[in-house]
Amino acid sequence: MTDTTQTSTTPAAPTPDAAPSLRAEAGPFFGEFGGRFMPESLIAALDELDEAYQLAKLDPEFHRELAELGRTYTGRPSILTEVPRFARHAGGARIILKREDLNHTGSHKINNVLGQALLAKRIGKKRLIAETGAGQHGVATATAAALFGMECVVYMGEVDTERQALNVARMRLLGAEVVPVASGTRTLKDALNEAFRDWVANVESTHYLLGTVAGPHPFPAMVRDFVKVIGEEARQQVIDLTGSLPDAVTACVGGGSNAIGIFHAFLDDPSVKLFGYEAAGLGVDTPQHAATITKGRPGVLHGSRSFMLQDEDGQTLDSHSISAGLDYPGVGPEHAWLSSIGRAQYLPVTDSAAMAAFRLLCTTEGIIPAIESAHALAGTIELGRELGPDATILVNLSGRGDKDVETAGHYFDVLDEQGNART
Amino acid sequence: MTTIVSPVGSAIARANSDRSGALVGYLPVGFPTLDASIDAAVALVENGVDVLELGLPYSDPVMDGPVIQAATVQALKNGTRLGDAFRAVERIRARVDAPVLLMTYWNPVLQYGVDRFADDLVSAGGAGLITPDLTVDSGADWLVTSDRTGLDRVFLAAPTSTDERLRLAVEHSRGFVYTVSTMGITGARADLDAAARTLVTRLREQGAESLAVGIGISTAEQIAEILGYADGAIVGSALVKALADGGVPAVGRLAATLAGGTAR
Ligand SMILES: Cc1ncc(COP(=O)(O)O)c(C=O)c1O
Repeated sequence: MTDTTQTSTTPAAPTPDAAPSLRAEAGPFFGEFGGRFMPESLIAALDELDEAYQLAKLDPEFHRELAELGRTYTGRPSILTEVPRFARHAGGARIILKREDLNHTGSHKINNVLGQALLAKRIGKKRLIAETGAGQHGVATATAAALFGMECVVYMGEVDTERQALNVARMRLLGAEVVPVASGTRTLKDALNEAFRDWVANVESTHYLLGTVAGPHPFPAMVRDFVKVIGEEARQQVIDLTGSLPDAVTACVGGGSNAIGIFHAFLDDPSVKLFGYEAAGLGVDTPQHAATITKGRPGVLHGSRSFMLQDEDGQTLDSHSISAGLDYPGVGPEHAWLSSIGRAQYLPVTDSAAMAAFRLLCTTEGIIPAIESAHALAGTIELGRELGPDATILVNLSGRGDKDVETAGHYFDVLDEQGNART
Repeated sequence: MTTIVSPVGSAIARANSDRSGALVGYLPVGFPTLDASIDAAVALVENGVDVLELGLPYSDPVMDGPVIQAATVQALKNGTRLGDAFRAVERIRARVDAPVLLMTYWNPVLQYGVDRFADDLVSAGGAGLITPDLTVDSGADWLVTSDRTGLDRVFLAAPTSTDERLRLAVEHSRGFVYTVSTMGITGARADLDAAARTLVTRLREQGAESLAVGIGISTAEQIAEILGYADGAIVGSALVKALADGGVPAVGRLAATLAGGTAR
């Protein structure tokens, strides 16, 4: 470093009014969150994945293939639906749904899955493994494996195989092996542990297709890139529909993929408020919730540093939500960062508020949402009442409720104990 | 720069001059009870184990197979707390002279505070840490703290690690390099991977002077074979299973049998 005079006389002049883009984060760190806390055995695979992804990112052919799959297989772009009858219960605000529920396989998860599956094919992996909570990510992975002719194993907590039995059947019909996970708390977090264990042993042949924006680098940034199409489409669609940006964008937050998917395109639009709704289960003052940012504190879980539910000793706490897809004690590091810098706000929504919103969308608009997405709807009802009738709110309807008909049927007593229709 | 004398490195060197190498034994704290886990660890040393590796039970042990998972789940159910690890180290060190490493996933250390954890481990008489989910490149704060306290730090090396990463592990490990014998999680295996021998050779090329092979080792024959090319052999699941099935006497007997594999 002899050239100090030159660097000090010609500083790279930043444009004084240009705030740095919040959309440029590529990991491993998002502020003080993220990173890679993983066994050495997996580092080579993570590096291989990262390298392949960085190359793919620059390759127009990869983007073309992915866009083509989106158009001809997923059904992109997904449409917007304005829901005025629902909105009457939300302070009369203008409410617009981004219909990721209409995607092939029924949720936003397919976007990430096709991206990673295409990448796995490039690296030459023949076997896909995945964790799943609600089963939507597992179904999407099983679907991609069938489409690409790959072997597929899905790890699912025993508690979830019971409450999402229909999705277990779907995965098996698609040719995937579903492994019920009996270790730990037998839910999503343990399914991740089991998938990592499988990956450690089979890393040569196998790609671990992680289902959300959590985990070690490069997963949080890569998965985000595969789902951000949701917000990119929606931003333009809302402008086309209303002539301006929305006042707020809302989504439910489990690991955070559908939320970052719709938030990302708006990060540099300071007028647009971003709200993520976490599962509050039976209430954030009970131990039965999954409100990670609201009630957790920073720690390392599943390979990255983020907010998590943990006891004093750093042991991960059990989470609870009526929605299997939100029943996770961690959250993606980019959300921890967006929360810490105040760019997005994360609020809790209880089981009962989510179920009321679920029912309301069914009966006012003829749309059965996933219970996960119903958390976003419930939060939006509150938000609409706060913001008033002049506000426009864009909601990510991340999935459809077919998989939840049994849970909701019991909850609203339209199914009896045996699962038969009440007479 | 002051040279830190590694208690674990010295124990391994001594075992290599007296016998064909060192036996490293793993048991989790608090299984089946705190007292029994301490008695079992003492029994290991009394029956020929050179270095103890005490596992801190953790809710999400991604590197561990079913035997160790079951034991650590029970330890947590029994109410084992982080502080019990320090108490166990202290009580074991009061009874036997072997160095004691804690093996811990990283989050408990982070939550306790890296510096405070290290200081309490030093006070308890512990030798250092094995960190299964903390690699050198993610462990800047641990490198600083372990240098300040003189604690040993054992990083893992895997068959898939690049030469560059092996060099990092060799340069920064103190005590030994944990040589992961095979691609997989903990648990006894009938056949040891040829990958272990290859990895040891690669680590030697990167300058490793003290390395121990672990994962999947359960017999004296395997230990004898490994000590033909490595400085130590690590046994975990097999000991935990013996403790689960037959209590402290059984784990002591197994340790004695395994120690037979270290004879020259
Ligand atoms: C429909 C739907 N929405 C949301 C989620 C939560 O995941 P994430 O927060 O990653 O979007 C899931 C997870 O299974 C889901 O199926």
